[in-house]
Amino acid sequence: MSNVKEILFGPLFNNNPIGLQILGICSALAVTTKMSVAIVMCIALTVVTAFSNLFISMIRNRIPSSIRIIVQMTIIASLVIVVDQVLGAVAYDISKQLSVFVGLIITNCIVMGRAEAFAMQNPPGLSFLDGIGNGLGYSVVLMSVAAIRELFGSGSMFGIEILPLVSQGGWYTPMGMMLLPPSAFFIIGLLIWALRVWRKEQVEAAEFKIGPHTAMSHS
Amino acid sequence: MEYYLSLFVRAIFIENIALVFFLGMCTFIAISKKIETSLGLGIAVVVVQTITVPVNNLIYQFLLADGALAWAGFPEVDLSFLGLLSYIGVIAAMVQILEMFLDKYVPALYNSLGVFLPLITVNCAILGGSLFMVNRSYNFSESIVYGLGSGVGWAIAIVVLAGIREKMKYSDVPEGLRGLGITFITVGLMSLGFMSFGGISL
Repeated sequence: MSNVKEILFGPLFNNNPIGLQILGICSALAVTTKMSVAIVMCIALTVVTAFSNLFISMIRNRIPSSIRIIVQMTIIASLVIVVDQVLGAVAYDISKQLSVFVGLIITNCIVMGRAEAFAMQNPPGLSFLDGIGNGLGYSVVLMSVAAIRELFGSGSMFGIEILPLVSQGGWYTPMGMMLLPPSAFFIIGLLIWALRVWRKEQVEAAEFKIGPHTAMSHS
Repeated sequence: MEYYLSLFVRAIFIENIALVFFLGMCTFIAISKKIETSLGLGIAVVVVQTITVPVNNLIYQFLLADGALAWAGFPEVDLSFLGLLSYIGVIAAMVQILEMFLDKYVPALYNSLGVFLPLITVNCAILGGSLFMVNRSYNFSESIVYGLGSGVGWAIAIVVLAGIREKMKYSDVPEGLRGLGITFITVGLMSLGFMSFGGISL
């Protein structure tokens, strides 16, 4: 049973898809100015990853390995089309704000990466859980970035006012920078730093070691 | 002519596909350790982008858009929901054809680009380019210019990042920030630089 737990919760911190595997970064940056938009993106991605893992794992023994990429791609693209149509029908405004990024779930490396690395070798049940786990790992990062950006950029969370803005008679002057693209890079960089201070084993080895200071001191 | 020039410059600098829209980030971060390899990848992206965006434009205009099948006698058919599946299919097929073509006729180029071509299928800058083309309803000639411009913009960004990273490996970065972390912060600073193009109106 501990195996199931590891598959489901491992990707949250120990093996985070964004923090450690460098997967699925594009959308993590682009849709995080508002929490309500980010959460829809998280749900969409988790659903697609879980079901693509499930379906690919079900037919894994029948896919010839030479055309497996295109088979995986077709399954993923069909799932994304379904998600896209559902979003368009249920949450039209948010689907407009996500614009091309729902479509880009197809090329989100988390989906392909998990299909290739996990679902091709494991039974359907476990693959489904692995998809959910990785979706959750992605969501943790996405939601924390979105929370920081929305709180400091527009003084609210999920559209509910937390810090009253100066323009509406409050005291908080919003940081416009938080709503611009560069802040997303900084926040993710700092989050990775924080994660690696906490989990030392994820620190990358230095490519180049700086030698000891050997200059003679003038004494 | 002037209009196309401004579209081109806008696609490269003001709407840089990597630094402003964050597309193709995974390969952007993963393969930017050396200038040479990133230049190879950049050129491959330019080539594939310039071919796939116009091809997808034709497919969208004449097969998928609402009423596009009027020439075949089906004016009421709207296949635009099949868009995603067709674009990714076209991209995968184009990359495959390009690979076979280069292998046969330009082996030198094939050997230097070879490793990167398959990677490009899953590069979201390519699919993103096609989706933006549909979203902004570009016509055929605009889509050629946009494809070339966005590809060049991505290539410039990755080569510049590789240049910075080549120097940066000699610097003493705090432990947890080493590798991925500091790369993100560098890209953030680059993106800040590109934001300043935003004020230019063409």
